[in-house]
Amino acid sequence: MVNYQQRLSRTFGALVDPTRRAILARLEREDGASVSELARPLPIKLPAVMKHLDVLDSAGLITRSKAGRTVTVRLSPKPMREAVDWLRRYERFWSASLDRLAAYAESKEIEARRKGR
Amino acid sequence: MTSLTLVRRIKARPSIVFDALTTPEGIAYWWGPDDGPVLLAETDVRVGGRFRVRFRMLDGSEHESSGQYHEVMRPNRLAMSWRWAGSEDPGESRLEFDLRAIPEGTELTLTHSRLADEDTRRSHERGWSGSLDKLERHFAASIEAKAGGL
Repeated sequence: MVNYQQRLSRTFGALVDPTRRAILARLEREDGASVSELARPLPIKLPAVMKHLDVLDSAGLITRSKAGRTVTVRLSPKPMREAVDWLRRYERFWSASLDRLAAYAESKEIEARRKGR
Repeated sequence: MTSLTLVRRIKARPSIVFDALTTPEGIAYWWGPDDGPVLLAETDVRVGGRFRVRFRMLDGSEHESSGQYHEVMRPNRLAMSWRWAGSEDPGESRLEFDLRAIPEGTELTLTHSRLADEDTRRSHERGWSGSLDKLERHFAASIEAKAGGL
């Protein structure tokens, strides 16, 4: 079974590459495109595109379905959502914590100055 | 995308900010996502030393995180590992604080990153994170839209 941690690693790993991000961004806009449609605007050859799709597929970021000779690629948002959740959780934690940290340190600074340090 | 970075300007000198980050008294004051209390704060502030903090949120839930200090350079830098206790743990992450003296006090930069991303982060030049952030926002918006529509 693939756990949460491994899934997150694969998601982030898949997202590192600009070509893969371009593919995802396009699928975001279009909700389904054929492999050749995806490959057309990219400055790389079809086999290279296929490799990127394999990476995205194994990270669970896309699904591929075949109808006749056409393979349609679609976005699968769950892994992305997990990654976004991870970030949001820490963003909330740290913005609130740093606000209080600043207030605390500033009161300590005033105290230190009053004591002439 | 792979890491969270926050910057704050604080009207206090770096050594005071550093101590606020590392002393149990300071931590008890600020640690946590809301105004719930810190129940326990232990720190052994030296390279290899550990910290452990337990807090209760306003909804009554209790959470604990702990880790090990990797870099302790008072008053400029602090780096440590981080993980949550119990079943909510999504794996170890890394936390870094950089404190820079500025005329009004300290500029604090916090970076919280997933450990698994470290190699990736090093091997890629800076610059892609902006576009990735954009993509992430794009996704976040669309996920919300989709969730709302279901």
